[in-house]
Amino acid sequence: MTKQHPAWSPYDNNGGTCVAIAGADYCVIAADTRMSTGYSILTRDYSKICKLADKCVMASSGFQADVKALQKLLAARHLIYQHQHNKQMSCPGMAQLLSNTLYYKRFFPYYSFNVLGGLDNEGKGCVYTYDAVGSYERVGYSSQGSGSTLIMPFLDNQLKSPSPLLLPAQDAVTPLSEAEAVDLFDMSFLASGYVAVMMPIGEISFFYSNIRSGVIVVEDKLYICAPVSVKDCKFQASDMAIIL
Amino acid sequence: MFRNQYDTDVTTWSPAGRLFQVEYAMEAVKQGSAAIGLRSKTHVVLGCVNKANSELSSHQKKIFKVDDHIGVAIAGLTADGRVLSRYMRSECINYSYTYESPLPVGRLVVQLADKAQVCTQRSWKRPYGVGLLVAGLDEKGAHLYYNCPSGNYFEYQAFAIGSRSQAAKTYLERRFENFSESTREDLIKDALMAIRETLQGETLKSSICTVAVVGAGEPFHILDQETVQKLIDSFDIAGTEEGPAAAPDSAAEGGSAAEGGAASEQGAPADEGVAPMDI
Repeated sequence: MTKQHPAWSPYDNNGGTCVAIAGADYCVIAADTRMSTGYSILTRDYSKICKLADKCVMASSGFQADVKALQKLLAARHLIYQHQHNKQMSCPGMAQLLSNTLYYKRFFPYYSFNVLGGLDNEGKGCVYTYDAVGSYERVGYSSQGSGSTLIMPFLDNQLKSPSPLLLPAQDAVTPLSEAEAVDLFDMSFLASGYVAVMMPIGEISFFYSNIRSGVIVVEDKLYICAPVSVKDCKFQASDMAIIL
Repeated sequence: MFRNQYDTDVTTWSPAGRLFQVEYAMEAVKQGSAAIGLRSKTHVVLGCVNKANSELSSHQKKIFKVDDHIGVAIAGLTADGRVLSRYMRSECINYSYTYESPLPVGRLVVQLADKAQVCTQRSWKRPYGVGLLVAGLDEKGAHLYYNCPSGNYFEYQAFAIGSRSQAAKTYLERRFENFSESTREDLIKDALMAIRETLQGETLKSSICTVAVVGAGEPFHILDQETVQKLIDSFDIAGTEEGPAAAPDSAAEGGSAAEGGAASEQGAPADEGVAPMDI
């Protein structure tokens, strides 16, 4: 008796990748701007990044309808928090709230793979990484989404994460400067862009133009990266071989 | 004459066709410290007198932000006011969540009024003992509403509630016809003057009053004490003995000087020294 497969699924995967890196006094988040379904592209210009609070930004890949619903819910909860406490929610606070919100739907989950980034109460960069049902961990850097399997080993290599087996526990927050961290993004998206969708090298320039929405938190300022256009990108197709 | 016989229950009519419990609830509003509101075409200003019980205690919070475009000032039982503000905030959040657009003030006050009416027709409830001055913006412009414990609501150009509010109302009645065209600064000054009227001789200081503003392009926020004190100082130059007609003129000059601009009162651009958002 072969298993019956449903004719309809409530979920869809709109693809995309998100990355975040925490520094000593900054946090950098980036996500590609492609929204797809199957092999088709729905739009080339959709932001997966959402600012939840002054010092807390979330990037989510997966099913964007669920992501949108999640963002709206968290925004409403944040408003309630502000009314009750007369201040903005901290990033660690929002991290816990996100986890609880995801687990609330443990038996019909949000198909959303999240990365939360921002500044903690001491002003240090923090990144939290989640699975679809709310299991989360504070880390020095993380990526989620279609390209994450390619980007994570790359970041592990570049950011030399200390072993979690070490005692005393060591911070994975990178000593790199913010500009160097942004450079890493260019390289990570480049690497993931090529192999993840298996396009011929001629299409690579197309992917560069997708790396558009980045949000940087430095000290108390939150600002969006300038679009990375084909001309500005430092990496040519020929460099690909070196990275891969 | 019959008051004492028919005033036990809110669900008992008097022979004259009155619900005494509801009227007593309106009395509670009159006992609270004053709150005033006034509006122009583009801005609404709320002000209230904040009297602490003693020097040791903190002030009662009487002005609440409900949403970016709506705020409320209360007079009467502040606990009831707090609960109603929470209801209003919740309604605004739910509406924006569903419709991705701000809840129109007019709708909110009707919901509030209906909520108040319920309490006038249930034997196991009591009317809310708080009057609310709801200030808000919608596509048609600025609005000021007053919600009574009775479940009635009215729209006003300017209004005052609470103890000694009659003095403020008299002041506002004299000048309300000009409010439509007032600048934001003038509106705030008129609000402070109206508050001063309710104090009846006591010096107006930023420690005993609170002022909040909402306007086109300006989310609802409570002005911080420093800003309010500066504004008070800038019109106190006129002194209390001069007539109200003279005071605004010198106040205007003082105000412009404080803003550091030579612009005339009418042409004064908004929001130079505006306090950052409360939240």
